[in-house]
Amino acid sequence: MKLVFERSRAGRGTQYLPENDVPRRLPKAQLREKKLHLASLPETEVDRHYTELAKQTHGVNDGFYPLGSCTMKYNPQINEEMAALPGFTKIHPLQDADTVEGCREVCDTLEKYLCEITGMDAVSLQPAAGAHGEFTGLLLIKAYHRERGDVKRTKIIVPDSAHGTNPASAAMAGFDVVSIASDDQGCVDLESLKAAVGEDTAGLMLTNPNTVGLFDPNILEITRIVHEAGGLCYYDGANLNAVMGIARPGDMGFDVIHVNLHKTFSTPHGGGGPGSGPSGCKAFLAKYLPGKGAEGSIGDVRSFGGNFLVAVKALAYILSIGREGIPAAAENAVLNANYMKEKLKDIYPLAYDRTCMHEFVICLEELKHQTDVSALDIAKAMLDHGIHPPTMYFPLIVHEALMVEPTETETKETLDEAVRIFRDIYDEAVKNPEAMHEKPLHTPVRRPDEVLAARSPVIRYAFED
Amino acid sequence: MNFPKELKYTKTHEWIRFEDDNTAYIGITDYAQDQLGDLVFANLPEEGDELTAGEAFADVESVKAVSDVLSPVSGTVSEVNEELADEPQKMNEAPYDAWFVKAAEITETEDLMTAEEYEAFIAEGR
Amino acid sequence: MGNYIPNTPAEQQEMLKECGYSGFDDLYRDIPESVLLKEPLDIPAANSELSVRRIIEDMAEKNVVYRHIFRGAGAYNHYIPAIVNTIADKEEFRTAYTPYQAEISQGVLQTIFEYQTDICELTGMDASNASVYDGAVAAAEACEMCRDRKRSTILVSGTVDPKTVSVVKTYSFGRDVKVILVPEKDGVTDLAALKELLTPDVSCLLIQHPNYYGNLEPMEEAVEAVHASGAKLIESVNPVSMAVLKTPGEYGADIAVGEGQPLGMPLSFGGPYLGFMATGHKMMRKLPGRIVGQTVDCDGNRTFVLTLQAREQHIRREKASSNICSNEALCALRAAAYLAAMGPDGFYETAVQCSSKAHYLQEKLAEAGLPPVWPDQEFFHEFVTACPDPAKVLGALASEGILGGLPLPGGRILWCATEMNTKEEMDRAAAIVKEVTGA
Repeated sequence: MKLVFERSRAGRGTQYLPENDVPRRLPKAQLREKKLHLASLPETEVDRHYTELAKQTHGVNDGFYPLGSCTMKYNPQINEEMAALPGFTKIHPLQDADTVEGCREVCDTLEKYLCEITGMDAVSLQPAAGAHGEFTGLLLIKAYHRERGDVKRTKIIVPDSAHGTNPASAAMAGFDVVSIASDDQGCVDLESLKAAVGEDTAGLMLTNPNTVGLFDPNILEITRIVHEAGGLCYYDGANLNAVMGIARPGDMGFDVIHVNLHKTFSTPHGGGGPGSGPSGCKAFLAKYLPGKGAEGSIGDVRSFGGNFLVAVKALAYILSIGREGIPAAAENAVLNANYMKEKLKDIYPLAYDRTCMHEFVICLEELKHQTDVSALDIAKAMLDHGIHPPTMYFPLIVHEALMVEPTETETKETLDEAVRIFRDIYDEAVKNPEAMHEKPLHTPVRRPDEVLAARSPVIRYAFED
Repeated sequence: MNFPKELKYTKTHEWIRFEDDNTAYIGITDYAQDQLGDLVFANLPEEGDELTAGEAFADVESVKAVSDVLSPVSGTVSEVNEELADEPQKMNEAPYDAWFVKAAEITETEDLMTAEEYEAFIAEGR
Repeated sequence: MGNYIPNTPAEQQEMLKECGYSGFDDLYRDIPESVLLKEPLDIPAANSELSVRRIIEDMAEKNVVYRHIFRGAGAYNHYIPAIVNTIADKEEFRTAYTPYQAEISQGVLQTIFEYQTDICELTGMDASNASVYDGAVAAAEACEMCRDRKRSTILVSGTVDPKTVSVVKTYSFGRDVKVILVPEKDGVTDLAALKELLTPDVSCLLIQHPNYYGNLEPMEEAVEAVHASGAKLIESVNPVSMAVLKTPGEYGADIAVGEGQPLGMPLSFGGPYLGFMATGHKMMRKLPGRIVGQTVDCDGNRTFVLTLQAREQHIRREKASSNICSNEALCALRAAAYLAAMGPDGFYETAVQCSSKAHYLQEKLAEAGLPPVWPDQEFFHEFVTACPDPAKVLGALASEGILGGLPLPGGRILWCATEMNTKEEMDRAAAIVKEVTGA
């Protein structure tokens, strides 16, 4: 496909502005000399360009999207219409408080609901994504220990199964990361945890259900061990979809959390963002929250109050599904995952064969060993069937991993059809392993050379003049 | 796999070629590059940085992984192979030409293996 | 009610049975009994779509929508061609995740590649990432790119947007890095003070141009002083000004950052916005977040992929330069679509009108009794006037449906004009001001 710059012809374009109605004035000096290359296209060409690009993009509405740990549920249309109301989009963030009471109400209402769903006492909507929320929550932990003069607490404990953002956020917040091993069930190894905690423990970061899709049954013991050592407990809300309305992180012993509005609360992911990662905490940490201007706050983690329009969408979602719909969504997410797991596990070996939460992990080490067909090959084969493949090679503690998260918004027929495709692909892998390395066959491009991309980076278009 | 006799080797798969007692070139072995797959970049130290035996002084990136490179000696970086930035494939294609740094003022050396010992060490590991 | 669960209760029971479960409770056996919620959540019952619409429209109606806006200060009111909304509303773009599977994500990958090219062109730099959360975060991430073992202290010009300063300070609290504010003089960075502060432990200077007050900074002198000391310079720019002002690349800045909201994002009470970051070849691998690169596929076709990933958190974990994972991809798409629609001529005209109208407004306000605080400073589309009683002036404007400038401490107002403001509107605003001041 042509780049927008390759479609460009000098002199073409559409005029969107009226004539300048005041005398032309530019600063007298410091003006640009370097030519600015932008595409020159009439609107018809712009429209077609992006329509073609959209056709080469797989969204939730294009087909099944069981991308583990990403909760690719349906994004309801009413959310979009509400976020597009001029009464929201045309509001300047620095308007006086008495002119933005509606925005305030959106934020206050959503904060209140999120507190109720998570068992926290206060929430800030300022963090713009999950990782941003992690960073924010860890700064709360840091500020808390600092204020108490407990400066020797410099370590954050993170299970080896954690998302990469957890250790990266801890490092950004100035902590040393202590990685602890998981047990043979993929859960926190209590002995390792006990050995790791001490006077230098600032806190523990945990995802629960964890990254292998299991609810850690020792959760109360885990948070107790950390608290007794003087640390705080951080809940990574990436997997909240499995338990919302069923159990609350606040009741499990967590002190600080973030939730992902773009996963759990149905706001779309936009091909990478914008998301929203509100931070929540118990009352004793509330004054440290960002964006509230409270005495003792850690300050701001971004400009203004957060990704407001994303908050509008999440609020529309919660209002739509209500107090019955929240646990029902969780239950059906868990049911759909277990249903697929049960229909696949006779041929696709499970990393942990027990009741899963909203996602499950397949381990293809044996297949790889016997046939040289890898998790990547299996994933690539799915592309020919209109399915977005599961998450590959994560979590790191499972080799040749495929992580499947169907979500609650898929029908039984979709799951049955996906199961059939998964099984057909497996059969083919066993019968004709060589052919698997060639997959996919029917996509616009196939198996890009990622080594070339990284060795000789070309990350912008080069204009001729 | 190729393990030149004139080099010494570490258990963490670096090679070292001594110019004299105080100076040496350091790189990663043929076995290391084979295990790591296609390497796309090396993060190198700067001239004048200190090297500590047994500690990481560089790392190498493949598309989906990053691995530390440990120094077999304590000393100072006297030269850095800037060519690796432009031609990272050299680490795969000619690992013993693709030196990372030249170490000078060497004060301490890890336990090193000869080519034979290293080959045996790898065979054992398999 | 819109619960978005397609399977009927009967189907759900059938599926449970097929999996060997007696009911939903069975699925949650791993959760300790004491943790299970005993009561329903204290939130309202489900609402029909019509009811949701009423509830949220009621909220939106409680806001005051100004048709005439003279306030900027980090969020700018620009024209957004209809086509930009059409493109950003395309469901494939909107509902996709990060493009991990290149084969079915060429569309979104190519839009990011085109966006990266646009940002490089605007700033005069070589390499751009795929976006970060907003302009303030871009500045904070850029400061981190400059830190090394020998240099960590960050200098921030006192003329940088206070919201950006606040975010840089928060990020620095994380890294335990010192932030020093460089004093301002006559509405721009005090160069003499800057030179004093450029000690060997300083890693970078963050400077905004045009600055928070709208004034143009002495960029050449700042770059020269910073580089002479061995530190790096981060220039925060307004992207619209880049159509007419000398670029960070031309000044020799090491990193260019900014808030991309003016490029096709509505004001939206502060978000989602778009943080852009660009740098030269030398620091390319220090950029945080996603980067899209060009390569070929196994058939030799041009293909776009996420690249240089070994920098990132999912591979480097605690050693990653940043934790960023989700970014603002759809906003980056908006920016790219906006620039493609406006084209080089339309974009240049936008910048010219912004500058022209701001200069016109400054004159009119001066005549109406609000003289500029720094009459000798060059500016782009924002400027500061004196105003003994900002509340009175702004209140009078508000009662006529006009959002005036932002009151600043010390009896001053920060004004902004863009292509959205007509001559008639500015004349009317000036007349209202004149009535208040009695000038």
